[in-house]
Amino acid sequence: MHRIFKNLLFYGSLLAAWALIAHARIWPPYLLPAPLDVWQSLRDGFADHSFWIAIGISMRRVVIGYAISVVLGMALGFGIASSKFLEETVGPLLTSLQSLPSICWLPLAMLWFGLSEKSIYFVVITGSVLSITISMESGRHAIPRIYSMAGRNLGAYGWKLFVYVLLPASLPHLVSGLKQGWAFAWRALVSGEMIVAGLGLGQLLMMGRDNSDMSMVLAVMLLIVLIGWAVDGLLFRSLERWFERRWGLGATA
Amino acid sequence: MSAAQLSPLEPKETLHVVHPRHLSGYEASPASIRLAAIEQSFESRKGPRLVALNDINLDIRAGEFLCIVGPSGCGKSSLLSLIAGLAFPSRGEVRVNGQIVTGPGTDRILIFQEHGLFPWLTVGGNVEFGMKMMGIGRRERKERVEKYLQLVHLSGFRDSYIHQLSGGMRQRVAIARALATQPSVLLMDEPFAALDAQTRDMLHDELERIWRETGCTIVFVTHNVRESVRLGTRVLLMTYRPGTIRSEFEIDLPRPRHIEDARVAKLSGGILEELRAEINKAVAAEYGHAQNF
Repeated sequence: MHRIFKNLLFYGSLLAAWALIAHARIWPPYLLPAPLDVWQSLRDGFADHSFWIAIGISMRRVVIGYAISVVLGMALGFGIASSKFLEETVGPLLTSLQSLPSICWLPLAMLWFGLSEKSIYFVVITGSVLSITISMESGRHAIPRIYSMAGRNLGAYGWKLFVYVLLPASLPHLVSGLKQGWAFAWRALVSGEMIVAGLGLGQLLMMGRDNSDMSMVLAVMLLIVLIGWAVDGLLFRSLERWFERRWGLGATA
Repeated sequence: MSAAQLSPLEPKETLHVVHPRHLSGYEASPASIRLAAIEQSFESRKGPRLVALNDINLDIRAGEFLCIVGPSGCGKSSLLSLIAGLAFPSRGEVRVNGQIVTGPGTDRILIFQEHGLFPWLTVGGNVEFGMKMMGIGRRERKERVEKYLQLVHLSGFRDSYIHQLSGGMRQRVAIARALATQPSVLLMDEPFAALDAQTRDMLHDELERIWRETGCTIVFVTHNVRESVRLGTRVLLMTYRPGTIRSEFEIDLPRPRHIEDARVAKLSGGILEELRAEINKAVAAEYGHAQNF
């Protein structure tokens, strides 16, 4: 309750300060719209369905791209962790590639795939696959040896050992990577959509810029933040809580 | 003291709950184990090869409760891994019922000191695990889960998570999980070392009962001599590195035994004396000088 009050106070004053500065007309409204203008843009956007459509398209892209990343990243991470050779060669390469902002892949993607959805998927996947790969790799190493010994002892071989022992044993370590991967995927998606045409939230941002509609730009930015935050808060927090309940407290730490 | 002042001694057996034999659900087809000329050595990065086990020749009778004691670093645990098929000897061979061990199998289940239960499964899920891997049908798995949880007195905990249990309860789940595959050999690697004395005593009783009911062969590694005499039909004393068999003791005390029993204590004393000599060797090797206890 106390915390909610603090946040109400904080966001209330933030809005009030914004409204005051906007009202003072230090900058013209097309550079700094008032909160109410942004609210109006939000309502208009949802009323004419353009926001709903953009959200739907962006979500579909990020879900498909992210899902591919998860499968790919887990397979890659596990593969790398199982081979000393790969670990010493591919491992450092992946870590260094992670310093490359995912949007840097876009020129390459556009030459390969043109201005199509494929380019966006490519950027989303390259943006998120590395953090999942790296966390899976470290998760595989963090599995206590006793689990695989117990598993083999109880008759789990080959794929059964992987599916029933190694994979679940590495999951708590994977959660942080999945979470980070999601954040990167979402960012990469919006950046990609801004440059590659074809609807989506990123494209809405660019439309706002083209129309010099600053309140729409701010409204879409707000949406992007809210969706990213909601997925993180709802999906990943409950995933973490589930692990805490099953593995005991501190399992995902 | 006159005889009249003594309360009539009851036979010890009646103090124990009598468990019907059918409760254990199976009678193991007893397995004999033969280790012949075993040598186990490891490459070390610097210096010579580390010889963990040397010239081990051992016959374990079917249905025997064999206890192995020795100083840490004598290769007791390696021996169990060899029988379990989780490791292979550098030389020599391990045979179970005459068959050379070529890998792990659910006829030989290893129980670890740190229980090795899977935290992502419930208690019931853990007990079910081996049966699932063996391809046993759902209905039978469910029945056996009930049966073996009952056997270790954990019926009410089927849906609990592992982290919710105490150390003693976890070790009992590990025992139930092992028994559920109905193995003919139970390999136990200091299973009770991390438990408090009271819980340990209770588990000794339970293990002894399970052994009698199932008739399976048990190889039990411990550093606790009293425990080995309390439980074993035979106690094997191993030397410090390289691990060899120094001596063996047949324990023919009547059962059920108690760890504080005078006869148990007396037998333990003799074994302990020999063990001390090996521990001194271990200390000398590891700290560079002999130390007396």
